[in-house]
Amino acid sequence: MSTIAIPALPAGRTLTLGIRRIGYEVKAYFRQGDAVFFGFLFPIVMLTIFSVAFSEGDFGTTADGTVVTAADYYLPAMLAAGVLLSGLQNMALDIAAEKGDGTLKRLAGSPLPVISYFIGKIGQVLVSGVVQAALLLTLAALAFRVELPSDPDRWATFAWVFLLGIATSAILGIGLSSIPRSAKSANAVIIPIVLVLQFISGVYLQFSALPEWLQNVASVFPLKWMAQGMRAAFLPEEYRMLEAGEVWNLGGVAIALIVWLVVGLVLARVTFRWIRKDG
Amino acid sequence: MTTTDDLAVSVRGLRKQYGEFTAVDGVDFEIARGETFALLGPNGAGKSTTIEILEGYRDRSGGEVRVLGVDPQRGNLAWKARLGIVLQDSGESGNVTVREQLTHFAAFYPNPRPIDELIAAVGLEAKAGTLIRKLSGGQRRRVDVALGMVGRPELLFLDEPTTGFDPQARRQFWEVIRGLKSEGTSILLTTHYLDEAAQLSDRVGIIAGGRLVDIGTVDEVGGADARVPVVRWREHGVAREQRTTEPARLVAELSARLGEPEGLEVIRPSLEDIYLRLIGAQDAAPSEEKELTA
Repeated sequence: MSTIAIPALPAGRTLTLGIRRIGYEVKAYFRQGDAVFFGFLFPIVMLTIFSVAFSEGDFGTTADGTVVTAADYYLPAMLAAGVLLSGLQNMALDIAAEKGDGTLKRLAGSPLPVISYFIGKIGQVLVSGVVQAALLLTLAALAFRVELPSDPDRWATFAWVFLLGIATSAILGIGLSSIPRSAKSANAVIIPIVLVLQFISGVYLQFSALPEWLQNVASVFPLKWMAQGMRAAFLPEEYRMLEAGEVWNLGGVAIALIVWLVVGLVLARVTFRWIRKDG
Repeated sequence: MTTTDDLAVSVRGLRKQYGEFTAVDGVDFEIARGETFALLGPNGAGKSTTIEILEGYRDRSGGEVRVLGVDPQRGNLAWKARLGIVLQDSGESGNVTVREQLTHFAAFYPNPRPIDELIAAVGLEAKAGTLIRKLSGGQRRRVDVALGMVGRPELLFLDEPTTGFDPQARRQFWEVIRGLKSEGTSILLTTHYLDEAAQLSDRVGIIAGGRLVDIGTVDEVGGADARVPVVRWREHGVAREQRTTEPARLVAELSARLGEPEGLEVIRPSLEDIYLRLIGAQDAAPSEEKELTA
C-alpha cells in the first residue's frame, strides 16, 4: 500500500463552518431553559421591576416640561446590562460548561477550526443580544410608554455602542472562561464580577450619585462606558449635565471599549485552549 | 519489516510522566493499515493515556509516535479530518437532535458519510429527531460512535465504546465495526470486555502498570504455555486437576482406571484466563510497580 494523499481541506471553510456554527449555537442556546432565563430575560425582568417599583420616584423633568419616568431612566441602564450579560456572562459560563462536559474535547478532536467555533459563539451572542434589546425596547415603548428617540443620530449612537459593547463583552467572556478551574466554580467566579460591575457602573444605582472614588474605580471597567453610551442615546440631551465633565464623552466610550476589546483579544489568544492538556 | 506508509500507528518507547508518577513506561506497538488492534488492561494501566497521546490530546514525555505518518503533537486540521475519535465519556448538554448533531459534524469533513446511512448503521432511526439529552446512556454512546464514523476516518479510535450497552446492542455494534473493517478502516480499540477484543481484533496488546506485558494475535497472546489445557475430575470425592498437552491421553487413562470419572472437564484457557494471569503476574511484581496500577 502506498501513502494515501492527504486531501486538502477546502479553502474558506473557516468562515462557512463559522456560519454553520452560529445556527447550531443559536438553536442550542434557546433550547436550554435556565441560561435563557438568567442571561437573556434578566434585564427585561429588572426593567419591569424598576419601572413598577419606582413609578412614583422623581427622575427629573426637562426644561420643556417632559417628565422622565423610571422606565425612561432605567431603559439605557438595562440595555447596557443586557449587553454585558449576553456577552460576557453568557459566553464565559457557556465556554466553561463546554470545557467541563466534554464538548470542547470532542471539537478538539475534530477538524473544526477554533476560529469557526468563536464565530459561532460570537454570532450566537449577537443574535441573542439583538433579540434581547428588541424585547427591551418593545416592552419599554408599549408597556411603560417610554418615548423612543426619533433622531437617527441617537439610533446610530445606540447601534455602535451596542455592537462595540457586545463584541468587547463577548471577547472578554472568552478570556474569562479560562479562569474558573471547573464548570462548577464558573458561576462563583463570573457572576460576582458581573454583579459588582452592575452596581458600581450606573446600572442599578444612579452613577452621578456614587462617591467620586467609586466612579473612578468603575471608569476602569467597560460597563460604565456602555451605560454612559446608552444614556447618550436615550436620555434627554440636558441629562449630560449629570455626567462627568457635563458631557456624554462618546469619544471616551469608544476608546474605553476598544481598549477592553484589545485586552480581551490578547487574553483570549493567550488563555484559550480546547482542553487543558495533562490537566 | 513494514515501512511507515503501511502503518496506521507506530509507537516506540512511549513514556508519559506526571511528576513522579509514570503512567506509561516504554510502550512499543504498531498497527498496520486495515488492522484492528485492541489494548487491554485494568483501570489505571495506561490505556487511556496511551490512546489520548495518539489522538493528540496529551503530549508525551518521551518516545516516538506516528499516527497516519504524523506526530500527533503536530497534527493539523487536515490530519484530524482523517481520524475518528470515540472518547471514553461524553456529557454534552445535548440540546440538539441526533440528526442535527450528525449533520453538523458531517460538515466538518471533506467526504462525510450520508446521514441516513449512519443513523441506520447505529440503529437510531427511531430516535433521529430526539434531543440528545433525552436519550439513554447506551443511545448516547451510539451517537458518539456515529460521530466517530461520520468523516469516513482512515483510523478510528474507540475508547471503551460499549460500556453501558446491553448484549444485543453490543452485538449490533460489533457488526458496525466489522463493516468499517471490511471498508479498510484501521481501528484502535480499548475495552474491558475480553470477548469483544476476541470478536473484533486481529491483535491485542495487554498493558499493565504502564507497560505492555504481551502483544500478539488473540490465539497467540500469553504464549503457547498459557494455552495448555487443564483436565479436572473428582476422585474419591476429592477435586483433582492436571495441566497437560495431551488431554485425550489423560482422559483415556482416567477412564481405564476409574471408569466414568466424576465431574470430568477439559478446559482450554480462554482469553480472559490468559489475560487475568498476565495481569496477575504484573500485580505480583515489586511494590513500586504495583502502585502504578492502583
